[in-house]
Amino acid sequence: MKNIITFVTGLIFGLGLIISGMTNPDKVIRFLDIGGIWDPSLMFVMFGGIAVAFVGFKFVQNKSQTVFDDTIHLPGTTHISKELVIGSLLFGAGWALAGFCPGPALVALGAGYKEAFIFVMAMIVGMTIHDHFFKVCGK
Amino acid sequence: MHLTIYWQNFTPGSALLGGMLIGFGSALLVIFRGKIAGISGILGGLIDTDSTANSHRLWRGLFLIGLVSSSFVYQLFAPLPESNISASFGTLIFAGLLVGFGTRMGAGCTSGHGICGLSRLSIRSLIATISFMFSGFVVCYLFLHVLRMG
Repeated sequence: MKNIITFVTGLIFGLGLIISGMTNPDKVIRFLDIGGIWDPSLMFVMFGGIAVAFVGFKFVQNKSQTVFDDTIHLPGTTHISKELVIGSLLFGAGWALAGFCPGPALVALGAGYKEAFIFVMAMIVGMTIHDHFFKVCGK
Repeated sequence: MHLTIYWQNFTPGSALLGGMLIGFGSALLVIFRGKIAGISGILGGLIDTDSTANSHRLWRGLFLIGLVSSSFVYQLFAPLPESNISASFGTLIFAGLLVGFGTRMGAGCTSGHGICGLSRLSIRSLIATISFMFSGFVVCYLFLHVLRMG
């Protein structure tokens, strides 16, 4: 049962990305292009997402286990590291250049766009470079 | 700087509705599975070769299969909205590398920090969200209006 719910959860998340306009890179770029003709629509994705997710996180706030007895994993780190800021700055740069962030890129990959396939492959390489070379060297 | 709004393409209703579905998906995942719907973390964890990631591969895989099949499910009910991609192949590769590396270094993306983190009132996620929004605006401006590469 919980496996079916997990699959459906990913599906709902993806449908939300499609309906919101996040899977259209041109729209994402018009949202980030405040120097051109600005399309502020995607700001509302964040409003809607936070409003609903907030209720969900409130619901699990004082719980340690789900109804299926799984531990609830919430990030416990509060440290503001330079990695957090530099990593996020790099991510924002890539997001603005292609108009894809990870979720919408995977959805567009599923829709069969070869551009999304190229982007996702490069993204996986980028993740691997970080996890296997960069992080290891830093330790 | 003069701000001009693109009213013809302003779609606050569908953006809000889509956002609410994204929030609903995130809420379901934490309530029923106890996990954060951060796409970069889920994908990064799935391809992680470390054996400590093994016990998490099932839920991560199932979530991503659901995500990737959403286009197929959508077009059973309505024509799929087009993804207009103007970036060249070179730009796609460079941007993909930045997004992959940056989201792993910053431990999250638009979903994990921007939706889930902010919903949890995490200061860390607020800093991350401000950082990627800031560089998104700046790089977009440089790319389109200074380098004029768009």
